[in-house]
Amino acid sequence: MLKVTIDNISIEVEEGTTILNAARKIGGKVVPPAMCYYSKLKGSGGKCRTCLVKVAQSCTKDTRPMSKLVASCSTPVQDGMVVQNLTSPEVIEARKGIVEFLLLNHPLDCPVCDQAGECDLQDLSFGYGMEETATDDERREYPMTDIGENIKLHMNRCILCYRCVYAADQLTDKRLHGVLYRGDVSEISTFINQSVTNEFSGNIIDVCPVGALTDKTFRFKSRVWFLNPMNAHRECTRCSGKVAAWMFGNEIFRITGRKDQFGEVEEFICNECRFEKKDINDWVIDGPRHIKRQSVISANHYEETKKQSLIDPIEGKMHEQK
Amino acid sequence: MGEKILLANIDIPGIRGFDVYRANGGYAAVEKALLEMTAAQVSAEINRSGLRGRGGAGFPTGLKWSFLDRKSDKPRYLVCNADESEPGTFKDRYLMHHLPHLLIEGLIISSFTLGVNTCYIYIRGEFKYLVGILENAIREARQHGFLGEHILGTDFSLNIYVHPGAGAYICGEETALLESLEGKRGNPRIKPPFPAFKGLYGCPTVVNNVETLATVGPIVNMGGDVYAKIGRGKSTGTKLISACGNINNPGVYEIEMGLPVEDFIYSPEYCGGIARDKYLKAVIPGGSSVPILPADLILNTAKGEKRLMTYESLAEGDFESGTMLGSGGFIVYDEDACIVRNTWNLTRFYHHESCGQCSPCREGTGWMEKVLYRIEHGQGRMSDIDLLVRVAKNIEGNTICPLGDAAAWPVASAIRHFRHEFEEHVLHPAAVLEKERSLIKFF
Ligand SMILES: Cc1cc2nc3c(=O)[nH]c(=O)nc-3n(C[C@H](O)[C@H](O)[C@H](O)COP(=O)(O)O)c2cc1C
Ligand code: SF4
Ligand code: SF4
Ligand code: FES
Repeated sequence: MLKVTIDNISIEVEEGTTILNAARKIGGKVVPPAMCYYSKLKGSGGKCRTCLVKVAQSCTKDTRPMSKLVASCSTPVQDGMVVQNLTSPEVIEARKGIVEFLLLNHPLDCPVCDQAGECDLQDLSFGYGMEETATDDERREYPMTDIGENIKLHMNRCILCYRCVYAADQLTDKRLHGVLYRGDVSEISTFINQSVTNEFSGNIIDVCPVGALTDKTFRFKSRVWFLNPMNAHRECTRCSGKVAAWMFGNEIFRITGRKDQFGEVEEFICNECRFEKKDINDWVIDGPRHIKRQSVISANHYEETKKQSLIDPIEGKMHEQK
Repeated sequence: MGEKILLANIDIPGIRGFDVYRANGGYAAVEKALLEMTAAQVSAEINRSGLRGRGGAGFPTGLKWSFLDRKSDKPRYLVCNADESEPGTFKDRYLMHHLPHLLIEGLIISSFTLGVNTCYIYIRGEFKYLVGILENAIREARQHGFLGEHILGTDFSLNIYVHPGAGAYICGEETALLESLEGKRGNPRIKPPFPAFKGLYGCPTVVNNVETLATVGPIVNMGGDVYAKIGRGKSTGTKLISACGNINNPGVYEIEMGLPVEDFIYSPEYCGGIARDKYLKAVIPGGSSVPILPADLILNTAKGEKRLMTYESLAEGDFESGTMLGSGGFIVYDEDACIVRNTWNLTRFYHHESCGQCSPCREGTGWMEKVLYRIEHGQGRMSDIDLLVRVAKNIEGNTICPLGDAAAWPVASAIRHFRHEFEEHVLHPAAVLEKERSLIKFF
């Protein structure tokens, strides 16, 4: 076991653990924001640079600080390492710079974006962004495209985190999804307009940290904060059938994977569950999902109200909360 | 005349071919290494020579070789980085064009030392004419028993392959190069793991520059200690410098490390002074990625000492008043050169070449280019200058690979040393534009 100290809190982790995952073990504020790393996608991380931290002491043997900030998601812990996240002004400054870069060409169309309210970039900008923009230059624009029947790609909003590329690579059997061109004109693309038809392709929507990939069956149906996210399950031959059902009254507006406190889905789900099962009778509703108090989604206190009335409105389908 | 180690025989007619090369002492180093020495002994000579990587970073070659994972049961690879695409740097091209066998010799000895049986030369796509030259040299070496199975009757076998790139500067970065060599998109890898453990196809790999590898043969011939006596301090041996810009004699020169910068610029043996009797304004001494220095600081350090062509002396004063030897692309500007225009041009290059993987470099390079374009074309604002400084600072050190730094440093250093020129462009755009477009600078 290796001992690492992050923002003055120490923890022991196994060899090979990254700083980010050690911080996630501690939890709370010491966890650096991660826009591209996704623990369930091999090879992800290192790209967005929002998770940069300062290593104040490399290890027990080498007590010098590392000369540059390092990406916590791809830097393994060494024994005796001392890391600063929020306690380093340098890190905060750098992160502000990164947010500015990520927003430089972002259209800021949150008012019409389906991701608003559950967008990692929104949260990050709220946390680290500046009040004023330093640029009045034109922003990059791409035409909107369809990726398969049910997925919309708004390349304007993409932050090129490559998560969807890894998801397409690792979850689907035939990769038809990748990055074209280079630099700031890079584009997410399906191979020469071929659509992603694989039955797990819908997961690229869930891994996308912004509103670049959205669910066409849900587009413009509702703002997420008017909906109540409920744990639901069904018998499914393809996936575990364990999902989050986003409901308004008795109506299911959309189905997603169940996201944990770090915004990652617990399990990937299949397209049938995601896109086709929108009837309340398709699902067994288990009870409300816990959403962070700070999230706008919790603003309507659905969790308490749902817990209190675990009988109706979905008669007979609601199970006792454990 | 300084000592010539790499280019000593370059003027001999036909030296590109095997027979002439061999008749002039070629491949003696291979014979010496393979027949008289062990791999460990060659390693020791390289360590003693103090040879440092000529690709830009100046990392000690012996040390790099010692990191190679020898416990792994996977094959090991040696990759020769011949992607040379840094603006201002054109020394590897010259070396490969005229002395291909010197490189092949270096590759054979280095592979023997590292226990490598397959070696790749990753060559810049635009150097198509060199692919034939190198392949021909490889064929000749094979015909004469210096490549293939059981070289010189020993147990050692080696094959060398030439692999042309597809036209991206970023593929010179060693991990992007490996990705490209594997047939993938040339994105730099996230380190760790380092190539010494997981390089080409996940196997232990050493990546070295052309000039670095070409120096291995001469070191074996003369011995590491003798080599280390040439040069100055920790900058041992000689270095190829490609000189260009407003000088009388642009070209590739082999200099002994420690030559005063002033002598290099003004001596008729090298650059031969500034063209058309103009004054020296500024120099970028190590390829476009390193900081630009104004005349007074390139000739003498801030402390008033003579600036020398060594890793240490050029870096004296850090980024406040120093720069770097880099890859030896020596770019000279005379009094008429516009620093703003030049900085914009360099930024345009980095913007175009960014792979786009990480946000600071992807977005920051484009942003800097836009702002510099605006200043250069008479639409700049005073606040743009500080904006550039801030953007450069936010890129520097926060990226996956050093291309981010390489894009930030030229901008930061140009503003540090020539801020008044940027201000002039903002305040008097019409006058500046007129001066720039007039013919005056040609007289
Ligand atoms: C953007 C970028 C471009 C590079 N281009 C080259 C190149 O064209 N040739 C080269 O030898 N090294 C280049 N390098 C340096 C290599 O990554 C690597 O350090 C070098 O090949 C190691 O060889 P050396 O130890 O012999 O210097 C580049 C680095 C970066 C970051
Ligand atoms: S579309 Fe989304 S998941 Fe894919 S690279 Fe862009 S931001 Fe990342
Ligand atoms: S610094 Fe630039 S070139 Fe290097 S990995 Fe990042 S985006 Fe690519
Ligand atoms: S999460 Fe670490 S760089 Fe993106």
